[in-house]
Amino acid sequence: MSNRSLRGKVAAVGVGETTYYRHSQAPEAEFVLCLKAILAACSDAGIDPRDIDGFASFSDDRNDPMALATALGIHELRFSNMQWGGGGAGVAGALANASAAIVSGLADCVVVHRALAQGQFGRFGQGAQVPMVPGEYALSLPYGQMSPAQFFAPKAMRFMHDHNVGQEALRAIAMASYHHAQANPRAVMYGRPLTEEKYDESRWIAEPFHLYDCCQENDGAAAIILVSAERARDLQQTPAFVLGAAMGSTFRVPSSPSSTFAAPDLGSSHFKQCARRLYEMAQLEPEDVDVVQCYENFTGGVLMSLVEHGFFEPEEAMDFLKLENLIAPTGKLPLNTSGGNLAECYMHGLGLQIEAIRQVRGQSTSQVPNVDVSLGVGGPMSPPVSTILYGSEATL
Amino acid sequence: MSNYSIPDGSPSKPGKESKGTASNAKYYLPAGMPAPLAEPAALFGPYWEGTRNELLKVQRNPETGVYQWPPQWIAYDTQSFDLEWVEVEARGLIYSWTRVWHPIHPAMKDAVPYLIVVVELPHAGGVRMLGNLLGDPLQDVEIGAEVEAVFEHHNDAEPPYTLVQWRAST
Repeated sequence: MSNRSLRGKVAAVGVGETTYYRHSQAPEAEFVLCLKAILAACSDAGIDPRDIDGFASFSDDRNDPMALATALGIHELRFSNMQWGGGGAGVAGALANASAAIVSGLADCVVVHRALAQGQFGRFGQGAQVPMVPGEYALSLPYGQMSPAQFFAPKAMRFMHDHNVGQEALRAIAMASYHHAQANPRAVMYGRPLTEEKYDESRWIAEPFHLYDCCQENDGAAAIILVSAERARDLQQTPAFVLGAAMGSTFRVPSSPSSTFAAPDLGSSHFKQCARRLYEMAQLEPEDVDVVQCYENFTGGVLMSLVEHGFFEPEEAMDFLKLENLIAPTGKLPLNTSGGNLAECYMHGLGLQIEAIRQVRGQSTSQVPNVDVSLGVGGPMSPPVSTILYGSEATL
Repeated sequence: MSNYSIPDGSPSKPGKESKGTASNAKYYLPAGMPAPLAEPAALFGPYWEGTRNELLKVQRNPETGVYQWPPQWIAYDTQSFDLEWVEVEARGLIYSWTRVWHPIHPAMKDAVPYLIVVVELPHAGGVRMLGNLLGDPLQDVEIGAEVEAVFEHHNDAEPPYTLVQWRAST
């Protein structure tokens, strides 16, 4: 066995989040939200916030480590890191980077954080209102392709065409998130269930995405604290050990979302190679996974991500992606058990990672029985993508 | 419906339309969309100069004949910086598509739905381009269908530019 592995060497020991808000409705500054999520994670872990010695984030988070370290009175900052990639593609990558820092001895206690206050800083799902655009943007924006839904819709459309996947598969993914959100008081869509009829009657955003295929935009913050496996065992929470992680891209996927159309493998979430490395490091197979949190900026991404993580063949999608298979506690592959980006909160996937950890601890509001292996898949479609597996002590 | 359907027939030639009187109805999408800027010029200039003359040009590695699009500073197959621009036949196959219903730009408020197609050029190494599919925005769109380019001249813009649009081959 290669020694160059994260397997069993690091654990998530603290998770924290603020109240999740609809976009632009946070009553506090983004930086304050970020601090509060970090403090909540410290309190959950039972550690002094000043003992954090590393910060890792993704998606160009605006809350920089020096500002956080100064504000929190961190004794000694030893590690700071930003994972490349847009949206939540890098969420598991940030967790992997934090893990690697701990394994390599660069740091002992790293917090992964993400905070969003879109009232303060502007929305994601809005088009560029500029008179002229250069470079690759000029190849798509003048045609009215300018939002994430519009960039990614043709990817899902092509995959669905190639493999005869119908709208019902996307609907089941959306309904699983909304189903689980009804048990989760943190979820923004708590108390707002989704029915098949409501989905079918909802307006199109960009075909094949209905309104309910698209994530929310939210304000709030989330944080996860990682320490070495040895130290994790002395802390107050059941550790969720990192079993494996991977990040990257497939061949020649353009960096700009505005030239998404040029990716040679268009109908893809770009996890094909990543997922293989993930399972190799974890020494596991898809069949070993008990529960999945899979980033849904759009349901089409989940469809392709699940296929590329080996849970079913593309041609089996219509059989597999049925609501009864996707819901806790009885489903074959419970999916997005907190409500996910669609119905809990779009914290660029960090909420999904917290949920993956809670499933290992047995603390989910839609708990799957006896979880040993819990998968957290980062944002699809805009690489570098990333993915991570957590496990219980029994998996080591 | 403000989407403009280009009439059947051959694509309009530059100068054919009366300059200065262009109304929004000449174009598939309403005014207010970001206009293309041919920058960086060393990378994107030849493409945009080509469309002004109703020529579709893409990058090719002269050594290997490998096409690449969008343009890059370097050939991905040989890492050579010496790339050539070649004219390719302005037709292709619909590789994928979306019909946009939710306007996210104020200019598009009354312009939905509209069609975006990803077009593959099998005769140019399978490179892909984007554009609007002209005609009825509610038409059935078939992946694999043949399309041909229509050069949409925005002569009234400053600087003038020409978008490559697509329509079903007749």
